[in-house]
Amino acid sequence: MPSEIPRMKREMSRYSVFAVAREAFRDHQGWTRAWGSPEPKRKYDVIIIGAGGHGLATAYYLGKNHGIRNVAVLEKGWLGGGNTGRNTTIIRSNYLQDPSAAIYEKARSLYEDLSQDLNYNVMFSPRGVMMLAQTEHEIRGYKRTAHANALQGVATEFISPARVKQLCPIMEIRGPRYPVLGALWQPRGGTARHDAVAWGYARKCSEMGMDIIQKCEVTGVRSQGGKVVGVTTSRGDIDCDKLGVVVAGHSGHVADMAGFRLPIESVALQALVSEPIKPCMDVVVMANTVHGYMSQSDKGEMVIGGGTDGYNNYTQRGSFHHIEETVRALVETFPMISRLKMLRQWGGIVDVTGDRSPILSKTPLENCFINCGWGTGGFKAIPGSGWGMAELMATGYSPLTEAFGLDRFSEGRFIDESVAAGVAH
Amino acid sequence: MSFRLDTGGRFIDRSKPRSFTFNGKAMRGFEGDTLASALLGQGQMLVGRSFKYHRPRGIVASGSEEPNALMNLGRDKTFEPNARATTTELFDGLEAESQNHWPSLEFDIGELNAKLSRFLPAGFYYKMFLWPRSFWKHVYEPIIRKSAGLGRAPRHRDADHYEHFNATVDVLVVGGGIAGLQAAKAAGEAGAEVLLIEQGAHWGGRAPVDGAVIDGVPAAEWVEATVAALGAMPNVAIRARTMGAGVYDHGYALAYERLTDHAPDPSLPRHRLWRIRAGRIVTATGAIERPLSFAGNDLPGVMLASAVRDYVTNYAVAPGKCVVVVTNNDDGYRTALTVQEAGLEVVVLDARSEANGPLAEQARAAGITVRVGRGIESVKGKGKVEKVWVCDQTRDGSNPDPIKADCVAMAGGWSPVVHLWSHCGGKLSWQEDGAFFRPDPERAPNGADGAAFVLAAGAANGELETAAVLTDAYVAGARAAAEAGATGTAGAAATADVELSEPMLPVWNMPERASYALRSKAWLDYQNDVKVTDVELAAREGFESVEHTKRYTTLGMATDQGKLSNINGLAVLAGALDQEIPKVGTTTFRPPYHPISMGAIAGEARGALFQPVRQTPMYDWHDANGAHWEPVGHWRRPYAYVKPGEDVHAAVKREVLATRNSLGLLDASTLGKLVVKGPDAGKFMDMMYTNMMSTLPVGKCRYGLMCSENGFLSDDGVVARMDDDTWLCHTTTGGADRIHAHMEEWLQTEWWDWKVYVANVTEQYAQVAVVGPNARKVLEKLGGMDVSKEALPFMQWAEGAIGQFSARVFRISFSGELSYEIAVPASQGRAFWDALLEAGSEFGVTPYGTEALHIMRAEKGFIMIGDETDGTVIPQDLGLNWAISKKKEDFLGKRAQERDHMTDPLRWKLVGLETLDGSVLPDGSYAVGEGVNDNGQRVVQGRVTSTYFSPTLERGIAMGLVELGPDRMGEVIAFNRVDGTFVQAKIVDPVVFDPEGEKQNV
Repeated sequence: MPSEIPRMKREMSRYSVFAVAREAFRDHQGWTRAWGSPEPKRKYDVIIIGAGGHGLATAYYLGKNHGIRNVAVLEKGWLGGGNTGRNTTIIRSNYLQDPSAAIYEKARSLYEDLSQDLNYNVMFSPRGVMMLAQTEHEIRGYKRTAHANALQGVATEFISPARVKQLCPIMEIRGPRYPVLGALWQPRGGTARHDAVAWGYARKCSEMGMDIIQKCEVTGVRSQGGKVVGVTTSRGDIDCDKLGVVVAGHSGHVADMAGFRLPIESVALQALVSEPIKPCMDVVVMANTVHGYMSQSDKGEMVIGGGTDGYNNYTQRGSFHHIEETVRALVETFPMISRLKMLRQWGGIVDVTGDRSPILSKTPLENCFINCGWGTGGFKAIPGSGWGMAELMATGYSPLTEAFGLDRFSEGRFIDESVAAGVAH
Repeated sequence: MSFRLDTGGRFIDRSKPRSFTFNGKAMRGFEGDTLASALLGQGQMLVGRSFKYHRPRGIVASGSEEPNALMNLGRDKTFEPNARATTTELFDGLEAESQNHWPSLEFDIGELNAKLSRFLPAGFYYKMFLWPRSFWKHVYEPIIRKSAGLGRAPRHRDADHYEHFNATVDVLVVGGGIAGLQAAKAAGEAGAEVLLIEQGAHWGGRAPVDGAVIDGVPAAEWVEATVAALGAMPNVAIRARTMGAGVYDHGYALAYERLTDHAPDPSLPRHRLWRIRAGRIVTATGAIERPLSFAGNDLPGVMLASAVRDYVTNYAVAPGKCVVVVTNNDDGYRTALTVQEAGLEVVVLDARSEANGPLAEQARAAGITVRVGRGIESVKGKGKVEKVWVCDQTRDGSNPDPIKADCVAMAGGWSPVVHLWSHCGGKLSWQEDGAFFRPDPERAPNGADGAAFVLAAGAANGELETAAVLTDAYVAGARAAAEAGATGTAGAAATADVELSEPMLPVWNMPERASYALRSKAWLDYQNDVKVTDVELAAREGFESVEHTKRYTTLGMATDQGKLSNINGLAVLAGALDQEIPKVGTTTFRPPYHPISMGAIAGEARGALFQPVRQTPMYDWHDANGAHWEPVGHWRRPYAYVKPGEDVHAAVKREVLATRNSLGLLDASTLGKLVVKGPDAGKFMDMMYTNMMSTLPVGKCRYGLMCSENGFLSDDGVVARMDDDTWLCHTTTGGADRIHAHMEEWLQTEWWDWKVYVANVTEQYAQVAVVGPNARKVLEKLGGMDVSKEALPFMQWAEGAIGQFSARVFRISFSGELSYEIAVPASQGRAFWDALLEAGSEFGVTPYGTEALHIMRAEKGFIMIGDETDGTVIPQDLGLNWAISKKKEDFLGKRAQERDHMTDPLRWKLVGLETLDGSVLPDGSYAVGEGVNDNGQRVVQGRVTSTYFSPTLERGIAMGLVELGPDRMGEVIAFNRVDGTFVQAKIVDPVVFDPEGEKQNV
């Protein structure tokens, strides 16, 4: 995809401890913008709608892996302001089905080097993720996942209650309601700093000469003869050869503009944090029987999430009784949190498909691609999703995205993770 | 240094001294003190360390907006971190310790960070710690984590308990200041059911401290009379120590009542979470004073001006002997007058070029030095205020002159508390005079009817003068009542004299043209150490959205959620971006207003009340007879009954063999029982099940399958036709509620015109499976109905009596044995069970658990929902085509099962698996194929779905799904172990025990 207009690379400050030291002696006046604030051009080779993690990663790998740099990423609000900046930052790849394990493990392995790749500390912390088994059924499910992971190249193991307690001493493993019977343990799973992932990608995209255009809402998708030719935005018409729609909770709206429908429902997913306390938990724990998961941020807050709300909406708020259910479950699992206080609760709008797996696909509109349906588990997939999506958009095929096509719903070729994923991705 | 004044103190009772400890040191205060006022009364100015730079921190505020004075309270099972001293009421024996320092509060190694602060600007960690790669996890992060956090982590189970209240009211009034009182009074007089809540222990808010006169009497008197009047109104409830925590959709609100924090009493709930449904919510939550941004504004001794006068007036505590009031508005003079009256020295620095309002004149008349056009260049001192350098506010701070002082009172203007207004989508507008955001009534949070359900009142609505507050609150209260349906008329509004004041001057930098050196010591967020220059750096680096700036600098992310810092911070951001403040906007206000305990959120549902165990009528017997429990749904079922000297495996083996050889009993009461009844029930049953159920004759049973609309098998069970229009559907234990909901969903949303009624009668019956070669004999011994082969053949049911129990007997089998499943009324369950045990003793009757059940069904090749199915399996995969009606036009899943992938011959199909060495195949193992796929994953061709040791056959048995499996009988394939090795197994028929059914059909 040759570009008519050669892009100028933007000069960016290189980040390092030396740069920080240098700036310290000139009152930090020398730092340049982390990303540009350009006016939209008339035309781009590729437009990505949505400057969240997935959209920005797609743009980044289009440039890095495929040499496509005449790219605009359009964002109606502020970059990273959707689910990228609202999730509980869990990263794991201990999925059951092959296509899921492939894309999540690709993402996890990219996270390992992402800070160095982006020259931006995204604070990937492979502190280990455990998913508790609290019923016989869960034991069987997680043992199955461990067997699948062994063949998928994903390092996991099923561990004993004693090992669970050793890894997470604040947990009550003796129940009494649901004693911990074991756990699926992924030692190289963990967390990362969510905002930094979006900012790091944005900075690199901008450095490659791509335009990240915030406060630019797409209001229409323009096509000719069944092919996409551009978009209409709050800042005028912009043409493109290829269009990537990466807008999570609002995918249905944009697909509607492009003239097709999606098997997607949008629901609120809530999370909360406690006030910060000194470190007491070095792993991520997910408890699907009681519906809750928890980790401790580097700032000291206990970061807590649970299930989605039961009805469709776009409010980014949610119903309090879900918070009650989640906290109740975690007070039972971690009795010491009872006297901590909830500092803040919030919600994000997640786009959920019928099989709870994402869509990374061509669409009925030629040269228009969609990446959505990550449901409650998108953050962990960002690098893999961007990698695969970029490959799909640039070459028309990616082994990472192949199974996640839209056609799977009409064929019945679902990728159901209900055994491994349960409530929480 | 702060000290206790000899006289005064509205809230304290000097006749009741209270002793407490701070960092182990014994201290004294009075009944009515907060921990903060008591500490100040004892001269304790230094109360903590900041988050990042470990700078010394003193008390800044007097209420829940306090960012600094956070304490570890109590010990062991009543330990609580991060408690605000300003909202902690003092009691005898209270133990408090300051946080985030080592080795001590006074000498903190972490203070080194402050010395290095120039190297640690906003977002420094995004730019550093990149190399070497492995150092983040192993070196950098552990160090950063160690220094993170504030309070200690609790180590024990909470000794206290908590509860939830539900309340439905016409009008919820949040805030017990004069606005809240007036609003509640107006709404109550109009006849509405009103709940008025106040977060603190006292009514009246700031008005008594500010010296307001209402209806001709001092505010305190008016407050007392109004509280009494409200207390006498039967339709009004008032609650102190109850904070409005959150506002949610549809008039839902949360309130957080602290019952025993001020007077520990283990017999009472510590906190109570109120879940309120209100017709209208009036937020009378007041306003919070803003600090001013000058260098050194975080030294202990620098406080909000309003807090200074609160401490003097309410607690008789002087924060210092020489007070500098620095203000940009008239309200600061109230503090000057108050401290002067208390006998302290005071100087006023007014940033405005002139100050001639009544309060300023009153101050001058009282002999107070007032210096206009002045600001603070810097405050200096070693861990406390010692010297204030005064400068021209409009310049860059050069040539300042010093004043000796030990307290600085900052009056930077007021910001309405708009949190509750904003929680559910209420929008704000910027008010130039006053420089604050106030609720925009045109963009209120709307309810289902499209009308605003939150009304702001008084200072929370941007009305800062007493007279206007009262009028505004009266209007809000009356309107809320009327909109909530009250028809009465409110009495007259209270009145106050109009207070004249001069306009305030927004001051975001002090002095206006402060140098970088000064700005880098001017703090916005005291707890998180965010400086003016940090926000400027964020703007320079392109973090232009206020959300970006917040996240990049952590401004407003501390435990006070920016109550003091947000407006100042975004004003600095607007300045740095050269934008209007309203254009920059605010970050999102999220619940709770002030942190609330996890215990309160969890409520009563803990321990035994956390998901109460569903128990069958025979539960106690199981428990007394060695049941090794297994949670199934909300039930608990015996996995096996372990006898003394036996392990679980031995018990399971014994149970299987006893059942196969003689007589076993299974408590099957947990199996779902759904009655489907009505003229259209047959039609409905045919849609729900893959089988033809409408033609099932009365008295017969049929094994049925249910699929989701995507065609996947979701549940199975035996259906019995009761009479012409009644079917009884058995479901799996875990499926009962789900399938009931599934049926209701279809009936209510798709087939709402069908005449069908579904009832879940699972708990109405106790059900026992009587299983084994001697099953008939034991029933005949009990006597009653004819259970012979002729009278009750396989797959039929009959009603009658077994012994003296009226029973419904189903001749069905999930074990391959002669088997009767007998339902009796739940109340008779235990007696029936006992009768069977007694009658069966001569046959060696053996109760068995779920594991024996599973093994026996696997020996017979019967599938188990959740084992052979996982949401991706269709009946055809399991060889259950015989249970799918070919005659029916439609059933749920039919069209889905016709899709390409569902009819693919390569789908994995059910087979039996037999290891070559007789071992038990690993649970969840996969059969490997040749090579790897495009993603480098090993190709697989099948998997194990069930695997057991069969006591009957004395070897491992298994079922699995294998590609083209039924066509590959006898073939040996390899299954993986997690250690990377493989087990060889032969593909065999899934039925390995009594394939002809000779045992069950006798």
